[in-house]
Amino acid sequence: MKIREIQELLGAEILCAGDQLDADVHSACGSDMMSDVLAFVKDQAVLLTGLVNSQVIRTAQMMDMLCVVFVRSKRPTLEMIEIAEENGIVLLATDKRMYEACGTLYLNGLGGALHE
Amino acid sequence: MSEHLSFHYSVDGDNFVSAGQASVQVKKNLRELGIAPEVIRRVSIAMYEGEINMVIHADGGNADVDVYEDRIVITLDDHGPGIADVTLAMQEGYSTANESVRSLGFGAGMGLPNMKRYTDDMQIDTVVGVGTKITMTIKL
Repeated sequence: MKIREIQELLGAEILCAGDQLDADVHSACGSDMMSDVLAFVKDQAVLLTGLVNSQVIRTAQMMDMLCVVFVRSKRPTLEMIEIAEENGIVLLATDKRMYEACGTLYLNGLGGALHE
Repeated sequence: MSEHLSFHYSVDGDNFVSAGQASVQVKKNLRELGIAPEVIRRVSIAMYEGEINMVIHADGGNADVDVYEDRIVITLDDHGPGIADVTLAMQEGYSTANESVRSLGFGAGMGLPNMKRYTDDMQIDTVVGVGTKITMTIKL
């Protein structure tokens, strides 16, 4: 799935790195706990989260993620947007809640983590 | 061969917002050295969790990354409260972090287990009231 399709499916606003919308992603994860993301994620390119602080972007950087989707109309700070833009990480914001956003993407073929 | 590259970082204990900056820098440095991406990810996640721990629990500390021909060694040294029960601290889900830390997305009791998960060896030297030194090794 291309990031562009995620944006369309979620009716999401593009906050930065719009030039990366054609990047292909194969799996995603949803969590508000960054330690859980760091523990259980392997090669997911997309993170859906309701958490808004700079550690979300840093976690995405550590995991080599390509896209972060903020759910429930959460808005990242300007500083977060700048760091993401510098690192080519697409930030999207949707008014959908976590469950619905994850479900929508899953139904449309974006899978979760592959267990090791 | 005893020649190796060393990187030293000081972790600011007052600032949760900047926590992780040393790990970001390590990631960049290792990338420039041409280290395999999967290894870089393991090193940077282990160090990032360690860095977050130092900010949450120990008011900061020092981080050293040494790159040898066959391994990368991360040393995290702090003068925090120490870990009273290491076995308990290593259990997934056990955390002494408070609610404010949890609201920031950490304190799930996954930090130390994650550090062990992503490294080939992890040693914890800790004395209550004195500090903690964690040495992690990742084979190349």
